[in-house]
Amino acid sequence: MTETATQTRHIPDRLNSRAHSVFRSWEALLLAVAVAIFIVNSFTSPYFLNAWNLSDATFNFTEKAMIAFAMAMLIIAGEIDLSVASIIALASTAMGLAVQYGAGTTELVAIGLIVGIMCGAFNAFFVTVLGLPSIVVTIGTMSLFRGISFIILGDGAFRGYPSDFAWFGQGYVFWVITVEMVIFVILAAIYGVLLHKTNFGRAVYAIGNNPTGALFSGIRVQRVKFILFLLTGLMSGLAAICLTSRLGSTRPSIATGMELEVVTMVVLGGVNILGGSGSIPGVVIAAFVMGLVTFGLGLLNVPGIVMSIFIGLLLIGVIALPRMWSIINARRHKP
Amino acid sequence: MLPRVIPVRELILSIAILALLVLISARFAGFAAPSNLLNVFNDTAPLIILALGQMVVILTRCIDLSVAANLALTGMVVAMINVAMPGLPIPVILTIAILLGAIMGAINGLLVWKLAIPPIVVTLGTMTVFRGIIFLISDGKWVNAHEMSDAFTGFPRTTVLGLPMLSWVAILAVVIFGIMMARTSLGRAIFAVGGNPHAAVYAGINVGKTQFLAFVLSGALAGLTGYLWVARYAVAYVDIAGGFELEVVAACVIGGISIAGGIGSVGGAVLGAIFLGVVKNALPVINISPFWQLAISGSAILIAVAFNARAGKTKGRIILKSAEGST
Repeated sequence: MTETATQTRHIPDRLNSRAHSVFRSWEALLLAVAVAIFIVNSFTSPYFLNAWNLSDATFNFTEKAMIAFAMAMLIIAGEIDLSVASIIALASTAMGLAVQYGAGTTELVAIGLIVGIMCGAFNAFFVTVLGLPSIVVTIGTMSLFRGISFIILGDGAFRGYPSDFAWFGQGYVFWVITVEMVIFVILAAIYGVLLHKTNFGRAVYAIGNNPTGALFSGIRVQRVKFILFLLTGLMSGLAAICLTSRLGSTRPSIATGMELEVVTMVVLGGVNILGGSGSIPGVVIAAFVMGLVTFGLGLLNVPGIVMSIFIGLLLIGVIALPRMWSIINARRHKP
Repeated sequence: MLPRVIPVRELILSIAILALLVLISARFAGFAAPSNLLNVFNDTAPLIILALGQMVVILTRCIDLSVAANLALTGMVVAMINVAMPGLPIPVILTIAILLGAIMGAINGLLVWKLAIPPIVVTLGTMTVFRGIIFLISDGKWVNAHEMSDAFTGFPRTTVLGLPMLSWVAILAVVIFGIMMARTSLGRAIFAVGGNPHAAVYAGINVGKTQFLAFVLSGALAGLTGYLWVARYAVAYVDIAGGFELEVVAACVIGGISIAGGIGSVGGAVLGAIFLGVVKNALPVINISPFWQLAISGSAILIAVAFNARAGKTKGRIILKSAEGST
């Protein structure tokens, strides 16, 4: 103990300026990466710089990003939800089932959102009321929710969605701007304000940094977490509506492995996987980076499973590289 | 002296399995026949082997979601080696499978140990990377039964003393892990790291290195299972054992291994796996669609983890009370 106290510490001559810290931030780095990928893509494929192709490319990330906003807040608060892809499967199955009984578009949207919220509440009950670790609970519900889809559907599929239901996943607001893109932008604004400008957002950070401290400062920790799980469920329900509408059919294997891509997007966006820090603008840029990478690789005829290698490496690399960098730095500064 | 918690849990689980067998026998009498039970055990052997590795990892407060992908990649590699060199003896194949699996486990372990990345992130990432590599090396093609040598596919089915080799491998793994956890310093270190990492450091145990070794063990067992799986089903392709990692985690959680680390036993992991194995084999017999399997293991995880947490909480309160009383 005394040894560390007597050690000379490096004291900077001046504080970092605001511009300096913005420039050095994770978001700035990510933005540079996004621009670089954009430029590289436009050189490697002649089909890249086309308004309609770029519009199609947004489908690669809009649905995942909807969930990623809520997931970012959940991870900042120190929890995680691995069941999001299975919630999509269950919500989509519920909608498909409703179609068999003649439900219209309004009912389908309501069913998708309600099933999403109910799944979120189910997770929240186990995590906040029973006090169980969210990783195990959501690994369990990941099997359970998709399992229910399999029980209902088996190896079959639901089709025959009403034609106006296709608007969510296939519609355009004007020119090349898709409905999903508009939803994405609106949600980005809502979540940006919610996390960065409200008491609720500040409570989320406080819980992620120190749940006990947050509790003693009068934050209802369990209630905030409950709401975050509900939001994640709701967003999964919304993503289920968009995805089902875009595909026009439901199979129990729908959106398999999407939880990985959502978590990767959040972590790539600079959210600390252990909770406590992160930002919505970061997640927005990360969504564009992932969308551009998968779209660019797709134009080069790279199969989906090989893209998943990139996503897996991205997930590990994004966390590993800064840590390796700091380890190397620490060694260099040691006398 | 407090009664030990773990044997009680194993007893409860054994009773649950017996009750399950009685229920199934009521619907279909042949299920509980010894020959059928041996079949069920043989069918569950891969799950038992993987659950042992997962148990060690979970005991050190980590989780390994890459086991199924590791299994599939090793299986594909040994199958392709067999196609290229059909004359290679089985012990060599087994060694390659175990080594390859251990290397993949070591990659996970190094990332957790040296870079302190949360295990769930590491293994989620390596899970997709391993699966992707299978596609790259196999070009998405299948390796089918007629391409494999007879010795390669025959090994798991070879009957010794009335049991197939696959069952014997599982029994051997259980015995080795039983001895390792109870009688070696590594076994004790694994419990210590999960029980209280800070105390483990003061006791001279390297926490990161122990977690690394746990991942290597889990990887080695996944590699071994990879060969056995491919040889038994006589086919290798990208998606074999897809989602099996969840079943392995389920077996551990049902077996009373605390996800918070430090609590669990070999017996628990084995019984948890057998429980799932019995359920899986019983479904078609009592005319329930096999599509129920996923939902059942999901529910089993939730029920088991809720049950485990209850047990842990009461224990915590008792300690607190006695501490208050003594001061």
